[in-house]
Amino acid sequence: MDGEVRTYLGVPLYRPKVAFFEFTSCEGCQLQILNNEVNLLDFFSLIEVVNFREVMTERSDDYEIAFVEGSITTDNEIKRLKRIRRQAKMLIAFGSCACFGGVNQLKNRFRDLDYVKREVYGEHPVESKKVRAIDEIVDVDLRIYGCPVRKEEVEKIVLHIALGKSLTVPKYPVCVECKANENICLFDLGEPCLGPITRAGCNAWCPTNRAGCWGCRGPAEDVNMEEMLRIMKGHGFSEETIMDRLECFGGFSPVKIPEESIR
Amino acid sequence: MRKTLNVNVKHLTRVEGHGNIRIKIRNGRLIEARWEVVETPRFFEVILKGKKWDNAPWITGRICGICSTGHTLASIRAVENAFGIVPDENTKRFRLLLKHMETLQSHTLHLCFLVLPDFMNAGSVFPLINSHRDVVIRAARIKKLANDLCDLIGGRSIHPPRLVVGGFTKLPDRRELQPFLQQLEQIEEDLMVFVELFRGFEIPDFVRETEFVSLKGEGEYPFIGGDLISSDGVHMKEQDYKKMTNEYVVEHSTSKWCRLSRESFAVGALARLNNNFEFLHPVAKDIARSFGLIPVTHNPFMNNIAQLVECVHVVRDSIRLLNEILDSEWKEQRQKVEPRSGVGVGAVEVPRGILYHCYEFDDKGRIVMADCVIPTGQNHANIQHDLEALAEEYATRGKCDSEIEVLASMLVRAYDPCISCSVH
Repeated sequence: MDGEVRTYLGVPLYRPKVAFFEFTSCEGCQLQILNNEVNLLDFFSLIEVVNFREVMTERSDDYEIAFVEGSITTDNEIKRLKRIRRQAKMLIAFGSCACFGGVNQLKNRFRDLDYVKREVYGEHPVESKKVRAIDEIVDVDLRIYGCPVRKEEVEKIVLHIALGKSLTVPKYPVCVECKANENICLFDLGEPCLGPITRAGCNAWCPTNRAGCWGCRGPAEDVNMEEMLRIMKGHGFSEETIMDRLECFGGFSPVKIPEESIR
Repeated sequence: MRKTLNVNVKHLTRVEGHGNIRIKIRNGRLIEARWEVVETPRFFEVILKGKKWDNAPWITGRICGICSTGHTLASIRAVENAFGIVPDENTKRFRLLLKHMETLQSHTLHLCFLVLPDFMNAGSVFPLINSHRDVVIRAARIKKLANDLCDLIGGRSIHPPRLVVGGFTKLPDRRELQPFLQQLEQIEEDLMVFVELFRGFEIPDFVRETEFVSLKGEGEYPFIGGDLISSDGVHMKEQDYKKMTNEYVVEHSTSKWCRLSRESFAVGALARLNNNFEFLHPVAKDIARSFGLIPVTHNPFMNNIAQLVECVHVVRDSIRLLNEILDSEWKEQRQKVEPRSGVGVGAVEVPRGILYHCYEFDDKGRIVMADCVIPTGQNHANIQHDLEALAEEYATRGKCDSEIEVLASMLVRAYDPCISCSVH
């Protein structure tokens, strides 16, 4: 495979050197890379993986594209992330933790972070700062949303990079995809759902499985939050239920940390 | 013994999460052998505080990317036990079938993508795509079947949206399920290729006696709920899991450690098999015996073989379950949930061992206290003690630094650690 110039409709395919990195996360988005096995070998023929600690011992820092999963919680992570940014031509925030802090950022709703640490570790010293998204530390070139990311979307994006085609991410909400899938509206089934305000691209993954959207992909463009709240309340959902969903992945309330606390 | 020896592995590869191995021998004496867990914590137990019950499975499933279904199931079981909800037979069958497919995909990922390169002198599965294409394709095929069935039942193999307290939001219909029967029957051929492949590998002959903890099988190999047992004769109720785990904080580790009758114990496929050998499917049992894997096996490297045996077991048991499901009528059932104050524990055998979730609720169903004890967290102390014994033994046998580094890495890998999970 190596060294062979492959073409698509006569256009040479560019085979980028790719690295995968993970910070504070469950590493589930990286695991998605190994899923959708039907296309697995084709997928890996599009890219040259040079660094992927979870599945390979070979390591090289000669990469062009860095997929970065996870949120940032320690000084060491900040240093590692900045090093990756210096090397990568393209840095991709990979998954909801990288894009918004993900479920990890729920920790930030406690004002006293020492309390959070004490609850788990007692007096044992453990470093864990406020949870931050990747773009609060370095510039990000591309975001792949989702908890977890959808492999088909990753494949499409990688294919576009290999072909040098431009990328567009849906600006419309999950609701549009859900309707196209001819699902019964979750509100009619008595389920809360953030489909009307969440960015599409997941093919209404959860609503199609009859589970209301929790907004893991963050807000669509031109979100009408007032109308969202009116619909939710109109269907009898409490503010607590609405808040649980809005705050779950951090996409609707990114917590910005003052620059001075970033070393 | 070799006079001096240094092994320093920072961020061990081909495992989930971040851990370091350090071994130092000076003047023929073991100075240190250390398994360091340097993963950054996420504080799930605190995150849940004050949240309503329905957040628990949704959020805690995200503790782990590999066994999110297991976490979701343990969480649901804890909530259901607290609220007095008893799942009906078909819900139980679908949950177990889903659990089996998670076990199959996770074990396959571990054995064929993470462990296999060690035995084939490769750094990863990537060079094997060219050199052993048939093997990689078979592994991908097993993984695909497991993930496809997970997708169908759980709605998604990672962070499954259909799994909820009281049942499922949606269940597959007969037409969707039927084809999997044949696929499951055919997949054993691929699995047997790996059985024969592993038979040709030299499993390191390292033995350190330890205690094995798992669920106790009652008429069948255990996966979801039940009593807890250890190979040292401890027997406890599910709700007394804290006495089985005894978590404590250690230096150089962001994960807590556990102990029971000895300085450490092990959980996982080997522990399940050691404690419940009689309940394995006869075909799986024969394969185990053919590898010399009979209770009580104390070689941690044999956890790989135990996983392989379990793959065969879960496929056979899935065929049984799927037949039972197809012989029954099922409707999309979701029991009504009525929150009440109380405590609930859910113990589930996930791929890497026994997992516990425990929540205390107030009368509105808000979480007052949450506790999750992770399989890899229970294994860390055992890994540490194994590492010390392995370093001394192989240094005495005159192995060089690089050989010991490989063996120590393979040892940790054999546990299939899920380090992010253990730190959560």
